[in-house]
Amino acid sequence: MATDRIEVDIRVPNQTRYLCLIGHIGENIALALKHYGGDREKLAYELNLVLTEAMANAIQHANEGDPAKEVHIEIVIADGCLTIRVYDSGQGFDIRQFVTPANPLDEHGRGIYLIHTIMDQVAYRPSGCGHVLEMTKFLH
Amino acid sequence: MNLLIEQKGAVVLLTVQEERLDAHNSGDLKAQMLKLFEEGSNDLVIDLQTVRFIDSSGLGALVSGFKNASSRNGSLKLAGLQLQVKSMFELTRLHRVFEIFTDTDEALGSFS
Repeated sequence: MATDRIEVDIRVPNQTRYLCLIGHIGENIALALKHYGGDREKLAYELNLVLTEAMANAIQHANEGDPAKEVHIEIVIADGCLTIRVYDSGQGFDIRQFVTPANPLDEHGRGIYLIHTIMDQVAYRPSGCGHVLEMTKFLH
Repeated sequence: MNLLIEQKGAVVLLTVQEERLDAHNSGDLKAQMLKLFEEGSNDLVIDLQTVRFIDSSGLGALVSGFKNASSRNGSLKLAGLQLQVKSMFELTRLHRVFEIFTDTDEALGSFS
């Protein structure tokens, strides 16, 4: 069976103004997939959201808002599998504390939960001078 | 962020004139709501008709406004949610917290 093969590698400054750019790239990838039988609009929103949440997390928490740092993002689609890697240059954090849903009246703590809800596999591990948040979704 | 603020009787209508409500601009919305509360407004309607994307920080800003309004015995109500935005409230169970209306007329009318 034919499958899409797409690889995107982006580096942007550690600033929230670029969330829109990265989110739109994810959205456009979903809309451009040649072989996808699911709800394309839903996938577009999900990729926009996952990229926005992961990147905002890297900017604000891992890279501590330092505008001189950068965020490195890889998006790979191969063999019916979509993998997003967001690299930061921070000290890391314990991802497990955010896996359960936030109390409805908490103002923070929903981002990682949302990523877990949408993606099939999520891992956060050391990489180079920082960490990488690797998120995988099987495209059915 | 582009926000339109209108006084409608005792209620303030805030129209978010952005396609995205995310970590880049949600702080502005939160600050603007706080300013309105400090100036004595207790009841707000947030019109999200233009917003086609909201992330966790956008939701967090609205929760902050909701809590501030409640602590002043007021209310923060939402109007005009697009389908995908509404599904974010359902995914995070926030649809059980907020009063959500189809449009601003309905939301404003609910105060009388």
